[in-house]
Amino acid sequence: MAKNAEISDKLMTLEAAVKKFIKNGSQISLGGFTIVRNPMALTYEIIRQGIKDLHIVCHSHGQALDVLIGAGCVKRLEIAYGGSGRYAPTCIRFKKAIQQGQIEFEDYSNYQMSLRFLAGALNIPFIPTKSGLGSDLLNYEGFSKEVRKERKVASKKFDMIQNPFTEEKDDVVLLPALNPDVTILHVQYVGEDGTIRIKGLTFADIEQAKSADYVIVTCEEIVPRSFIRLDPDQNSLPPFFVDAIVKVPYGAHPTGCYGFYDYDPKHLNMYRVIAEDDEKFKKYLDEWVYDIKTHEDYLNKVGAEMLMKLKANPILGYAVGLDRR
Amino acid sequence: MSLNYSDNEMMAISAGRFIKDGDIVFAGTGVSMLAATAAKRIYAPKAVVFFETGGIDPSLDEIPMAVSDLRVMSGTCLNSGLIEAFSIVGHRKLHTIAFLGAAQIDKYGNLNTTSIGNYFRPKTRFSGSGGACDVASFASGVITFMQHEKRRFVEKLDYLTSVGWYKGGDSRRKLGLVRGGALAVVTNLGVMGFDEKTKEMYLDQYYPGVSIKTIQENTGFDIDVSRAKEAIPPTEEELMILRNEVDPQRLICKA
Repeated sequence: MAKNAEISDKLMTLEAAVKKFIKNGSQISLGGFTIVRNPMALTYEIIRQGIKDLHIVCHSHGQALDVLIGAGCVKRLEIAYGGSGRYAPTCIRFKKAIQQGQIEFEDYSNYQMSLRFLAGALNIPFIPTKSGLGSDLLNYEGFSKEVRKERKVASKKFDMIQNPFTEEKDDVVLLPALNPDVTILHVQYVGEDGTIRIKGLTFADIEQAKSADYVIVTCEEIVPRSFIRLDPDQNSLPPFFVDAIVKVPYGAHPTGCYGFYDYDPKHLNMYRVIAEDDEKFKKYLDEWVYDIKTHEDYLNKVGAEMLMKLKANPILGYAVGLDRR
Repeated sequence: MSLNYSDNEMMAISAGRFIKDGDIVFAGTGVSMLAATAAKRIYAPKAVVFFETGGIDPSLDEIPMAVSDLRVMSGTCLNSGLIEAFSIVGHRKLHTIAFLGAAQIDKYGNLNTTSIGNYFRPKTRFSGSGGACDVASFASGVITFMQHEKRRFVEKLDYLTSVGWYKGGDSRRKLGLVRGGALAVVTNLGVMGFDEKTKEMYLDQYYPGVSIKTIQENTGFDIDVSRAKEAIPPTEEELMILRNEVDPQRLICKA
């Protein structure tokens, strides 16, 4: 089969991609933002494979993060924001896990986390910023001294220096670079040559991908080489940054994917309620993760009617008039 | 003759009135989106609404429910990413006004969106900074939305996520933050400003039907009320635009 010959070594199933690249204790960076382009299909597969002790690094994250925490996959977290917009201003399982002391956590801001990924991508050890001066982000170290000795954990949360280019007092914050083991992304298009095209906002996905040792990408569509190269200005990542590609339509559900489908308000509302109750949450995992054999099963469970409702207007990018209460 | 309007509507209008043509408005979720969109449609058509996620000047035909909502990417002049977005918030050539919300605020406009109680084992954990600490560091001014309650207007924050006027006076500048600071606090009872010199919060406006005493009772520190005046209620036109154009699905207006 000559089809997709250029990426045949990277094309694989969700199961194979997770098996090959994600281990117990891996440091994982999650693509997307709160309720958009979360790599949900990959997240569910990580949970099904029973992977433990993950060290998650992210800026603002919602659904994927919360399900991973709730399923007991996460040991350690570096984060700016755990929330799902109006649907869960603070993610429920994230909130519970911190309140109950179940995970190690370190707070940064969105810009700080983005800069840390950028530093990792540029292969520089740290990066300066003015963000956070005077705030408790620079007063509290979340991780203990013991945790600081572990792999992929910075020896300190940050440092401060005097701007070396002026005689006047000028404090600058230094942030440690991040180089996650694996970045997982859900995107709209992958070309048959392996080129990645993200539509809408890219958030920090590009920096996250470039900073990681390995990158797993799920996508809505695999498109011809001729198409992806016709307008290269729109492309986000060259092929050589990506190690595994899985075609998973609706792979971000119940979060949204610009141009393809909206976030699922009904599901997110249902999740918020269920996540509050440990027993109900366990049932939710059984129903939506463990008992799901194939992605087609998952889509059948969401149902054709809902998938139709969520379908985005391809011009505007979202589902116009969707009931979002 | 009096018009019926909700707290959220009064808050959105009160905050929107601060925005001027040419301002670059950083919007968060909830009332802040309502305010940013209302400002552009009613008071400052040449203001630009943008989101920390990177969406610049979206058409906002429907109200976004998150700063990453597909609606903040639709009809924009440009879709970018987080790093680009923060290069706008702090840009030396731009006048950027940020709308934020918080669980706690102190008299210098410093904000807590991280946790209540012990940081390591909190009584209540919130979402965290997100971009709030960044915009509070970099924007030309911050307008904060709050529910006006004693437990939220506190003498001392449990955690200082985002810096306002820090310890008052010129302490913010001394930290190394070259501009910005808390501009106003818009609550369900009124609008607070900050003294030009001391940078302490004072009552600027109380909403019609709200007494100064109620505001004092719901503030956890002494607040100067000597400059207080009654706020101008929303006009029929303001409400019409808010309800019919800004939030036609009444996702936020209703509350």
